[in-house]
Parts: sequence; structure tokens; C-alpha cells
Amino acid sequence: MLQKIKNEIVESQIFKSVFRHGYPDNDLDRAYAIFSSVFLHIHPVKVRRSALRMRYTFCLGGITLFLFIILSVTGIWLMFYYTPYTGLAYRNIKDLQFVIFGGNLMRDLHRFAAHGMVLFVWLHMTRVFLTGAYKAPREFNWIVGVVLLVNTLVLSWTGYLLPWDQLAYWAVTVGAKMASYTPLIGQNGPWGPQLGFLPTNDIMFMLLGGTVVGQNALIRFYVLHCVVLPLVVTVFLAVHFWRIRKDGFSGPL
Amino acid sequence: MDEKVTREIFPRDSRKSYGLVELMKKTAPIVKKEPEDTVYVWPNLLMIEIICAILVTVGLMVLIQFEHAPLRSLADPSTTPNPMRAPWYFLGLQELLVYFDPWYAGVVLPGMIIAGLMLFPYLDVNPKGVGYYTYSERKFAVFNYSFGFAIWWITIVIGTYLRGLDWQWYWPWSNHLEHMNPALVTLIPLHLIFVNWFHVSEGVGKLFGDIIFIGYFALGTIIPMIIWKPMYKAMGLWRYLTFSFFFLSMMGVALKIVLRLLFNIKYVLVTPWINI
Ligand code: HEM
Repeated sequence: MLQKIKNEIVESQIFKSVFRHGYPDNDLDRAYAIFSSVFLHIHPVKVRRSALRMRYTFCLGGITLFLFIILSVTGIWLMFYYTPYTGLAYRNIKDLQFVIFGGNLMRDLHRFAAHGMVLFVWLHMTRVFLTGAYKAPREFNWIVGVVLLVNTLVLSWTGYLLPWDQLAYWAVTVGAKMASYTPLIGQNGPWGPQLGFLPTNDIMFMLLGGTVVGQNALIRFYVLHCVVLPLVVTVFLAVHFWRIRKDGFSGPL
Repeated sequence: MDEKVTREIFPRDSRKSYGLVELMKKTAPIVKKEPEDTVYVWPNLLMIEIICAILVTVGLMVLIQFEHAPLRSLADPSTTPNPMRAPWYFLGLQELLVYFDPWYAGVVLPGMIIAGLMLFPYLDVNPKGVGYYTYSERKFAVFNYSFGFAIWWITIVIGTYLRGLDWQWYWPWSNHLEHMNPALVTLIPLHLIFVNWFHVSEGVGKLFGDIIFIGYFALGTIIPMIIWKPMYKAMGLWRYLTFSFFFLSMMGVALKIVLRLLFNIKYVLVTPWINI
């Protein structure tokens, strides 16, 4: 009976138009299931049995990716309730905390997944380092990885401003102040003033869109956090995974 | 492993626009590896991935039962929190502000960390130890990575637990509500010590500092070149110089932390433009 229902579904025109293969209970369909799916085809069709050993990767890269997916989903959910306006942002977060159904859950998930992503991207990098997986021919993928690491940190930092509370405001004020010390192009940096950089035209001004953290900074950080940086991470992740397939996986694969 | 690859029939050639994939018996298209003992990704690997995802989700769910995302009072430009802590992953850099001027600790050093990480694969010429965990075959590389991140994590721990009001040093048992007397610690640039010890003018004292600074980099580069000739030969001049610069800078950070914490030294190199 169940077998019959399954066959009805698997043989239907709709199913066949979506999946160009039968249910993966035989080797041919198992192969098709992987390489005919845009999501699954980042995998090879087959891997060595030993590659399944958890003690090599500890799944750290995969966990980082999964945290990034959680962050994207919860982040988009939060965007429905958030206004990047200094007069409203803080109240929006308070609403998430006390009024909106599931608000706390989503905000907590977003916050801790973010901490987790920073931690796991570091652990993943350490695993890659300790297994020598950055050596030829994978040097470039290591560079892509470092770009991902830096982006992960900047994503966390830009997101930090959005609740517009004391923690957010001062962490970003102090961080942005660092930019003003940049040599050559910062108002306080060595040779900055000599080269004509003032509070109104230096690198910190560019970052904040003003001389202090205010509305312009909030909208900048918002756009960076919700659009630009996630896109950059996604593009580099695509390159990252592509290169793992092309360069071959280092492990006992 | 590589010898066992099937013979390449048509080598790659820029005059031809096509290549030919190698032919193998068996059913696994894995490049340059033997096809033995492979399993299908569906369901073997996918199952592991799903289990990982479920574990992470459960972990997060459990965590947020105990800990919630913080929300302080509304942003207020007129009241600065004291102490003002960066998020934990930047606390190491914030702590380094104690030891270096902001242009160095906040801008140049982070830039050098990123550049150093990116260059690592090109500076490490040891071909051994790919694809398995080993310490004995690549001690020096592991030492470098561990040393760098030891500084990173130790400064994070200091910033989190041992800093209090005005970013002063507080032990866990100190009174965290009372301001430390800043006069307890007087920081001195190294050259003033020379001025006191040797009764030289300030200019000469500064010169000593400059010589120590430059000598550190010069000798630190030249001596290993002579002692570990094979290593230098293997790396080649430019790779060695780049490595030496990053290595000595990293060691310099550790040295400066020690000089500052134990001897209250503020600067070693003093120039009209920058101090380190
Ligand atoms: C957003 C952050 C990142 C994600 C989601 C990610 C994801 C992954 C995944 C899923 C793998 C497959 C193997 C595994 O799970 O370990 C992998 C491999 C790899 N990753 Fe990452 N990664 C990230 C950041 C980094 C960083 C920061 C580095 C190093 C600086 C790096 C370097 C590499 C290298 C070299 C490989 C190939 C490893 C091998 O062949 O053994 N990745 N990455």
C-alpha cells in the first residue's frame, strides 16, 4: 500500500518535473540525487569511507555554514520588525523583547548563533591549519577563508550597533575612533593631519557618514549588516566550496 | 598515491581548446585518488550533516534558555560606560591599546594579522603534514600559529576578567567599584631610563632606543639566517625576509606586553612622528 502511494508520487509528472530521478534507493538515483540538485551538488557523489570519520573535520566548517544559515533566516525575520532610525530602533528591540510573539526567541537565536559563528569559524580555521590543509594546492582557498573570517567579524561588529543601546553605541564609537588613527588617512593618525585629513573628511567620517555615531552611521551599518556583507560572504562561500571541490579535499578522502 | 593515476593520454596543451578526462574503471570520479572503498554521499554523508545541524540547533535552544541577548539602556552620547568593553572577539585588540598607541594596536596590527594569515601558506615551505594531524613533522609552523593565537586569547581573557574601572588591572578579589589610583603606575619611555642610568642627554637616550629597536629586527633576521642555513636556503631571500618581519613583529608584541607589565616601559622607539 505504502509502496503503491510512493510509486504514484515518484512516477507523477509533477515529481518528475522537479526531480529528474527516482527515490534514491539505488546507486544510479543516489548519484542523480546529488549532482542534479543545485543544493546538494556541492558534494561529490561518492566519498571515501574514511572521510566520514568525524575526527578529521569535526564538522566545523559545516557547523559554521549552518550557523550562517540560521543567522540569515532569523536575521530576515528580525528585519520585519526593525527600523534603522535612531528614534525607533531601540523601541523596536524592546517590542521584540516584550510584545512580539517569538521575538525573544529569534533575537536570542540570532545573537548566540552570531557568537557561535565567530567561535566556529576560528575553530574551523584551526582545524584547517593543524591538518596542513592550507598547503599547495589549497593556498588560495585559505585566503578565501581569511576573507570569510574578517567578514564574519565585521558582520558581528556592524550588527552590534543596531539595537542602539549603550552597549551598541559605545562599542561602535570606540571602534570607529580607531579608524581615525589610521596612518596617512585618519585625522589622528601619523601623517594624517599633515596630509590634510580633518574630522570632516577622513576615513572615520567616511565610515560613519558624520563626525559622531548618529543616524547616518546607523543606516550605513544597517545596509552593510543586512545586505552588503551577507552578500559578500555568500559569494566568497560559493568560491570556497567550489575550490574545495576543484582542489580536492585534503583529508583521508 | 599519485603514481597510481591512470596514464594521461592527451596532456594539457594551450594550442588545444579541449582536454580529455582520464578514464578509470569502477564507479567513483575522484581525481588522482583510487576509487576503492567509497560510499555514496546520499545517505551516508548527508545523514552526518543533518545530525550535526540538529545538534547545533539543540545546543542553541538549550543555551538560550539560560542566557538572553543583552539590551542596556537607550544609547546616550553624554554618559560613557566605565569600563567600556568591546565585544569579546575584539577584546584582545582593545587590551593591546594598553601596550601600543591606537594607530598601531587598532589599525596596523590588525592589518598585519590579516596579511600574515593570508601569507602563511606561501611562507610555510614544509611540504609535510597535509591531510592529518601532526605536530612532530611541522613543529615550527604549529608554534607560530599557536603563539599568535595564544596572545589573542590571553588578551581576551585579561580584557574580560582582569580589567575594571578606567581599564585598570583588577584582580577578581579587588573591589571593582573603587577607582584605582592612576599614580600607582607611572609609565616611562625607555630613553628616560637610559638618561637616568648613564647620564646622557635625551637625544642620546632616544638613539639607544632606536638602536635597540632596529637591532632587534636586524639581528633577529640575520642570526637565524646564519644558524639555520638550511631553513634559509629552503625559503629563499624574499620569503625569508617577509617571514622574519612578521615573526619578529609577533614576538615584539609579546615582548612589549612583558616590558609594559613588569617594567612600566611605555615606548621603546621614540620619534617625532610615531612611538612604539
Ligand atoms: C564563513 C566561514 C566559513 C565556512 C562556512 C567554511 C566552510 C567550509 C566547509 C564546509 C569546508 C569543508 C570541510 C570542513 O567542514 O572542514 C571547508 C574547508 C576548508 N576551509 Fe572553510 N569555511 C569558512 C571559513 C574558513 C576560514 C576562516 C579558513 C582559513 C583561514 C578556511 C579554510 C578552509 C580550507 C583551506 C578548506 C579545505 C580543507 C581541506 O581540504 O581539508 N575556511 N570550509
